[in-house]
Amino acid sequence: MSEKKFSKKHEWVSLDGDVATVGITKHATEMLGDIVFVEVPDAGKAVEKEGQAAVVESTKAASDVYSPISGEITEGNKAIADDPGSVNTDPEGASWFFKLKIKDKGEYDSLMSKDEYDKFCKENPS
Amino acid sequence: MEVQKTALYNYHKNLGAKFVPFAGYEMPIQYKDGIVKEHISTRTHAGFFDVSHMGQFFLEGDETLIESLEKIIPADLKNLKVNHSKYSFLLNNEGGIIDDLIITKTEKGFCIILNAACKENDIKQISQFLKKNHKHLLNNDLSLIALQGPKSVEILEKLIPGVSNLKFMTGNNFEYEGENLYVTRSGYTGEDGFEISISNTKVEKLIDYLISNEVKPIGLGARDTLRLEAGLCLYGHDLNEKINPVEANLKWAIAKKRKEVGGFNGWEKIKNLLANGSEKIRVGIKPDGKVIARENTKIFSPDNNEIGFVTSGTFGPSVNAPVAMGYVKSEFSEIGTSIQLEVRGKKYGGKISELPFYKKSYVK
Repeated sequence: MSEKKFSKKHEWVSLDGDVATVGITKHATEMLGDIVFVEVPDAGKAVEKEGQAAVVESTKAASDVYSPISGEITEGNKAIADDPGSVNTDPEGASWFFKLKIKDKGEYDSLMSKDEYDKFCKENPS
Repeated sequence: MEVQKTALYNYHKNLGAKFVPFAGYEMPIQYKDGIVKEHISTRTHAGFFDVSHMGQFFLEGDETLIESLEKIIPADLKNLKVNHSKYSFLLNNEGGIIDDLIITKTEKGFCIILNAACKENDIKQISQFLKKNHKHLLNNDLSLIALQGPKSVEILEKLIPGVSNLKFMTGNNFEYEGENLYVTRSGYTGEDGFEISISNTKVEKLIDYLISNEVKPIGLGARDTLRLEAGLCLYGHDLNEKINPVEANLKWAIAKKRKEVGGFNGWEKIKNLLANGSEKIRVGIKPDGKVIARENTKIFSPDNNEIGFVTSGTFGPSVNAPVAMGYVKSEFSEIGTSIQLEVRGKKYGGKISELPFYKKSYVK
């Protein structure tokens, strides 16, 4: 598995061959608060880079989760749809949102590194 | 208008509050624990809420004050005993709800607790009916603290002996730190608890005591999930000037005598609605799965006719499921009726549900 890369919309991506795993960052969960609903995409769905791919809702509001990379969904994580609260406890591990077969590794390479993302969060507090 | 702050603003800040603008005030939406933990700790222990943004409106006058207020408030104020409170509303000429409120009979007149966003207009509306010899004051020198949850009585009794004798929806004067304060047994969470009207200069001391008894600070976020589980309306969402008490399923809050005799704003219309029912009515809604139907979600019948809309919806931490309230055509209002909720363009099943979603008994 490759190192994690990060998007400005607070998603993370890791790459294993041509299959990417996408989730939301710890920083994102802290902004959202208690997560109470998650909708993940079904296998076979095509997603565009920065296109809407999943939904996450906290007690406060609903937010879209975007795919930082284009491709075809191979799996949505049903476990988090059944237990949305688990996204708060392990957002960058077991509580990934979906996997997809990517088309263009260049899209992955252009995302932020961990250090760049941390800096981005500090400069863009919400 | 400049953003207002309650006397406890800095105190909230030190407690780690996240603030949001609400009704012209900077108010805590949540503290460090977050909405779900704040909600649960209110239900299992006790929480305090700074509701000082709400209006504490005091009226004094002779018996003509009752006549004046009864023109706009459909409660039986003539027979309301001193220190007893009622949930009621201000009504416009069409019977629409200008605001919902709690009115308490005091020795010299009445105290009305008004919603923050409505209070200025409320006072204008009430003033139309007042006479020269009626005195009124919106008292901004007082804070209002709600203490809610099963441990509230035990904790407050230790500090202010006698409060445990209060019954639900009654109040009294007590002494604290050499000052008078007014405590009512009431609240808006579905829990036993109190609302404490206390001077801005003493309020921090009271909160110090509550925190030392492990009472958690609770923000507007959990206040919303708590009141929604308890089936209670939030003005500006579930109620507004175009909705009347019959549609709002709040006809119980119009006093029996007033239903018979009338004599308040919108009476002709309300009389007719009481006799014939309304076209739409407020109901509880439970989505079948985990999907949350938020405000403005459209409601459809099983055969895809639009029949209403959601006015409040969230995840209920104590019910451990999504809960909502909204208005549907009356023929779809029976408990258990299947409906569909349109969320992000997709239709999800749901049912009309009994209110409240979460039940606890008050001390009567």
